[in-house]
Amino acid sequence: MTKITPDEVRRIAALATIGLEEAEIDQMAGELDQIVTFVEQLQNVDTDGVEPTDQVTGLVDVWREDEVRSDFSREELLANAPDQQDGFFKVKRVLNND
Amino acid sequence: MTDLRRPIAELVAEVQSGTLTAVELVTASLEAIEKSDGYHAILEVSEVALERAKQIDAGDKSGRLAGIPFVAKDNFLTRGTHTTAASNILKPFAAPYQATAVEKLEAEGAIMVAKANLDAFAHGSSTENSDFGPTKNPVDPTRVPGGSSGGSAAAVKLGLACFALGTDTGGSIRQPAALSGVVGLKPTYGLVSRFGVIAMGSSVDVIGPLANRVTDASLVLDVMAGKDRFDATTIDRQKSYAVEPLPLKGKKIGLIKEYMGDGTDSAVKAAVTATVQQLTAAGATVEDISLPSVDLALACYYILIPAELSSNLARYDGIRFGHSSQQAKTLADTYLKSRDEGFGAEAKRRIMIGTYVLSSGYYEAYYKKAQKVRTLLVREFNTAFERYDYLLGPTAPTTAFELGEKNQDPLAMYMSDIDTVAVNMVGAPGISIPTPTDGLPIGIQLIAPQGKDAELLGAAQAVEELVA
Repeated sequence: MTKITPDEVRRIAALATIGLEEAEIDQMAGELDQIVTFVEQLQNVDTDGVEPTDQVTGLVDVWREDEVRSDFSREELLANAPDQQDGFFKVKRVLNND
Repeated sequence: MTDLRRPIAELVAEVQSGTLTAVELVTASLEAIEKSDGYHAILEVSEVALERAKQIDAGDKSGRLAGIPFVAKDNFLTRGTHTTAASNILKPFAAPYQATAVEKLEAEGAIMVAKANLDAFAHGSSTENSDFGPTKNPVDPTRVPGGSSGGSAAAVKLGLACFALGTDTGGSIRQPAALSGVVGLKPTYGLVSRFGVIAMGSSVDVIGPLANRVTDASLVLDVMAGKDRFDATTIDRQKSYAVEPLPLKGKKIGLIKEYMGDGTDSAVKAAVTATVQQLTAAGATVEDISLPSVDLALACYYILIPAELSSNLARYDGIRFGHSSQQAKTLADTYLKSRDEGFGAEAKRRIMIGTYVLSSGYYEAYYKKAQKVRTLLVREFNTAFERYDYLLGPTAPTTAFELGEKNQDPLAMYMSDIDTVAVNMVGAPGISIPTPTDGLPIGIQLIAPQGKDAELLGAAQAVEELVA
């Protein structure tokens, strides 16, 4: 049974903030469906009473001093910005009112 | 011209005694890179490497890696080059700082000469997912070098530098090492700082060396390992990783049965079987062991890692750095279009899968379930290591496949990592050691318990001598 329909692809793409072109959506649906079908084999595994594993270091609560550091200048941090103005990152307008 | 495939310790000794210079080594590296352009192992050459070599020749040559040129996979932030992760979305990025691993190597006199090609964001097993074109196998240029650290593996095999840095999330150091015929070491999770390395699956990502021999990899790990205040997941190190070969006599080794099944090429099985016979002759006990959950590891991986990387790749927003769409008229458009234009097909697929398995209504069924299966894997490995000092198997189920053979079928490509992902899920160290073949390279994978990297490297040296 197909789990990942083109509509489901649109829903996921919106959550992932990727503006997929319509042309990409059908192929993506087929590929994702194949992958999801593959990973579904885990549904048959008995994991009753098994705790989930988040990480494997065994480290717990790694603390450090909460100190103010200044490793980079404003210029360095803005150096890769696609657009900037007056020492700030510049973004396009937030409201879509055209 | 100096052969950069000679043992690193020998080259360092010559630099220190004055019979060889850092400038000669770096020049040899830069010339070799230019000559091997057709393999596309390298994305960019450092502007500052030769200058650094001159400084070392004129000044302090006491470093343990004095004058040694190396290549870093292009997901390490480095000075003197751009850092792209082989992706269009990061194409113009110049990092304002350098990865801790690179800093540590440079502090011992090593010189980063160039950035190696990879599957974009390390998503892949063939280097064909690079947005800038694939790397070719150093042994047979009609084939893939493996991936995602394919540029690093090819660079070492071609002698473009003395060693290369890679990252391994599901096999991305070991698998290309196997397919390209070099040594590839995936250390214990947390042993080497990942600060300044572009994140993929944060609960499994490790960085490690690809090298011409185990002792070279050992030396590089010895320099890089240890806690870093900038990476809270780093763990305590062992005293030394630059170890002597460990006698194999009396060692108990488990051969993972699941890695020797029908999906594994007969040539690969034959190489493993030959190694088992040599190990037995050397006095080790080798027994078959079944780790049933290993068959689930790939499915587990393709839930947990997309989930983690979908979160890690959320930072590419077209605003602070990287590609920003020229078509966008609003802020929301900037996000949507920059990410659509900047990410390649595989990055998008993985972000989408990760977003799906984390989304409301699916989290328990996929993500949580995979985390529980991960626990089963950890338990099985722990139980196995109660009986065995090491586990053994092939590094990859096949030899290098042809360019274009699998890159239209994502799932077929994922299967290339079937022998390596479990080790990532449990955090253990693993190493791929090349076995001599007449044809395409084949790697033997040796695995040790978490935190026993020194023991792994000692045994790996012995295995390397045995199979040579």
